[in-house]
Amino acid sequence: MKLAEFTTAASDYASHVDTLFALLSIISGAVVALVTALIVIFLIRYHRGSRAPRGETPERVDREIEIGWTVATFFTFLFLFWWAASDQLTALALPKDELEVHVVAKQWMWRIQHPSGVREINELHVPAHSNVRLVMTSQDVIHDLYLPTMRLKQDVLPDRYTYLSFNATKTGIFHLTCAEFCGTDHSVMAGRLVVVTPEEYARWTSAQPEGDDLAHQGEKLFRSLGCSGCHAPGSTVHAPDLHGLYGAAVQLADGRTVTADEAYLRDCILLPDKNRVAGFPPLMPNFSGSVTPGQVVQLVAYIKSLTTQSTGTTQGVAR
Amino acid sequence: MSEMTLPFAPARETAATSYLGEGHTLTSWLLTTDHKRIAILYALSITVFFFIGGIVVGLVRLELISPTGWFMTSDEYNRAFSIHGIVMVWFFLVPSIPATMGNFILPMMIGAPDVAFPRLNLLSWYLYVIGAAFTVYVLLSGGVDTGWTFYPPFSTGYSNSNVIPAAVGVFVVGFSSIATGVNFLATVHMLRAPGMTWFRLPLFAWSMYTVSMVMVLATPVLAMSLLLISAERFFGFPIFDATIGGDPLLFQHIFWFYSHPAVYIMILPAMGVVSEVFACFARRRVFGYSFMVFALLVIAVVGFMVWGHHMFVAGQSPFANLVFSFLSFMVAVPSAIKVFNWTATLYRGQIGLEAPMLYALGFVGLFTIGGLTGLFLASVPIDIAATDSYFVVAHFHFIMVGGSVSAFMAGIHYWWPKVTGRLYNEFAAQCAAITMFIGFNLTFMPQFVMGWLGMPRRYHLYPDVFQIWHVLSSGGAAVLAVAYLLPLGYLGWSLIGGQRAGDNPWAATGLEWQTPSPPPRQNFLHPPRVTSEPYAYHEFGRAREQDGETSISGQGDVS
Repeated sequence: MKLAEFTTAASDYASHVDTLFALLSIISGAVVALVTALIVIFLIRYHRGSRAPRGETPERVDREIEIGWTVATFFTFLFLFWWAASDQLTALALPKDELEVHVVAKQWMWRIQHPSGVREINELHVPAHSNVRLVMTSQDVIHDLYLPTMRLKQDVLPDRYTYLSFNATKTGIFHLTCAEFCGTDHSVMAGRLVVVTPEEYARWTSAQPEGDDLAHQGEKLFRSLGCSGCHAPGSTVHAPDLHGLYGAAVQLADGRTVTADEAYLRDCILLPDKNRVAGFPPLMPNFSGSVTPGQVVQLVAYIKSLTTQSTGTTQGVAR
Repeated sequence: MSEMTLPFAPARETAATSYLGEGHTLTSWLLTTDHKRIAILYALSITVFFFIGGIVVGLVRLELISPTGWFMTSDEYNRAFSIHGIVMVWFFLVPSIPATMGNFILPMMIGAPDVAFPRLNLLSWYLYVIGAAFTVYVLLSGGVDTGWTFYPPFSTGYSNSNVIPAAVGVFVVGFSSIATGVNFLATVHMLRAPGMTWFRLPLFAWSMYTVSMVMVLATPVLAMSLLLISAERFFGFPIFDATIGGDPLLFQHIFWFYSHPAVYIMILPAMGVVSEVFACFARRRVFGYSFMVFALLVIAVVGFMVWGHHMFVAGQSPFANLVFSFLSFMVAVPSAIKVFNWTATLYRGQIGLEAPMLYALGFVGLFTIGGLTGLFLASVPIDIAATDSYFVVAHFHFIMVGGSVSAFMAGIHYWWPKVTGRLYNEFAAQCAAITMFIGFNLTFMPQFVMGWLGMPRRYHLYPDVFQIWHVLSSGGAAVLAVAYLLPLGYLGWSLIGGQRAGDNPWAATGLEWQTPSPPPRQNFLHPPRVTSEPYAYHEFGRAREQDGETSISGQGDVS
């Protein structure tokens, strides 16, 4: 294993973080040097019995010095906060056209599923110079996906979605590992982040034996689990139409309005009573226990695909 | 105040008049309500736990010499670092300075005969012992593997270890903190000697007052979080388990709402000790006394509002992250002010480098580095990269071990002559202080480096590229072990063969020095009266010189 698998700054964001780190190191180094130098000088000059003049300093000067360094410290820290916060806010701005990769963590492995349907374990292939968004959930305890070369880390929670977005600028093989203590084999819950050129990524995906993409797998599941019996447009059961649902605002029975994102769709499947839609009877069965987190990912991918197909025709769909 | 020291000649300090002579039976110790004896009971118990926690982490450092491990299984490793954290945080660091030096010195410092509630004080020690018994049981029955943080759902549903006994132990010991806190608050409010106004309180008394506030307000929240963990693990109450509608992040909010202020429980007393030691060994009033007081208060209050910085990657809103980041930068301002003030206290002093001062100087250096790396972690982008790595491990060890333990040692050496009436070997103590500083840096500096390079914490097996840093760190730990064992030797020897200390061997101001060493049961032979501000070292020094005494001779002065 090479150290470069950890330390390479493999994205623009990672370089920004390194710059901030360098800035803080310089400021900290200067402060430590200043304090150490003053202490050493005072220790020598005012050593017990030395001939240096003693005597009180005027109280007014003491107070001015005190206020002076309080204010100086305050503004230095304010400046550092501003720098760090602006870095963070820039990183938050949502990139468009992202490749969405699903990650399911379990003790002690990473399961990855690409939008094309390709699956891998403990290995994450991504194209360089593309916005990649990881949609992550855990099957058991809290894990944390740590990509050292991206300077990124995000806890992966059970029964919730968390996200991690990055845009790799360097191709190569990098480290990927778990950073939140998760039990016996926490330290070997590791793998590889493989950044390849977009062309290679396309070639790699099409060479995989998986037949269908995620949305198609979800569609099959949608039929086999019987979802289509109620949610199909022509159904006699009064259930919400799922076309154009993803990303739309949904009015709930308890008066709240929520955006139908992945987490919302997941909750509707696993905890249907949590967010009941206004105007519909509570008929939806609870699927927790009968579908795996991977299958939920497929179902959500299918529901999302219903929106992308029908964006042109559905009204009021706000993203 | 200086005149008051003179009437107490060393001849009057016989064992018969001191608190140590008030009975030699076991029950005279176990049923005592004397704050000084309770302090000794606490000191002995936390020393035992310090060495338990130390031995365990010694094994961890030994195991980490090899990237593939060599004598532990991963389960054993996980149990070792968990028990290290639990023991060191709750059974050593939290009670360390308040329960020992706070108990012994605080009432004397403010001129009181005892704490406000002497029996509550004894109860707090017994609560500590009960909590400690649970922890020893956990240790002997196979340990706990959740880390000291007890995160669910791992702790509630997945861990196959003694989570509930461990949680009960910490739950119980929490009440001993609360009892101590209540006691100190009442003591400082009610029992100050005539003339001891709030702004004449020494900074150690202020630090005890502020830390008591934090203990009383924060520790109940820890109790809540542990109770909820136990309820979910034992009865299956749906609190944190997301599959039945619970919230796994809720625990982290509650836990850190205690555990961040807990860091201040560990560091505020250290700041108090160092202020006393700096003033005494620089023969100088603490620079910016009132700023130092307000800094303590600001840290205590703002410290309650920064817990979210432990959760930047936990799945909390990015905007909440910004607010917590801002507040974390702000809480660093008063800490920085304190460092500058300690440095300025040296200016125009008469500085001596006796062991307490060496430890205190070590504290300032290590605390500064610990505090500055705290700014790194307060910056969200750097925290995202560095959290859960060895960078964080190094950072908080600089504060808690480099800071609190150095100050603990400074305090032990500073007040040792008062507590025992004996002097220790100054040269041995200076060697130990220097060894500790070197060993500490050797242990934890490499951890900063490997943490930023990408080495995650709580890893039993690790990529071999980090081995060099682990080996350096383990080597430092060996040096550190020597530095911790040395004081057992020379302090132990001083009890048997140490010179008599006299009332005030450091020629220090402060009421605790104006009574015999060791002090009598009621602390003072005459009720003290305070007529001036603290740290009047200039006048004190002049008074001594005019009396024709040798000016301020510390033992074993290295010059």
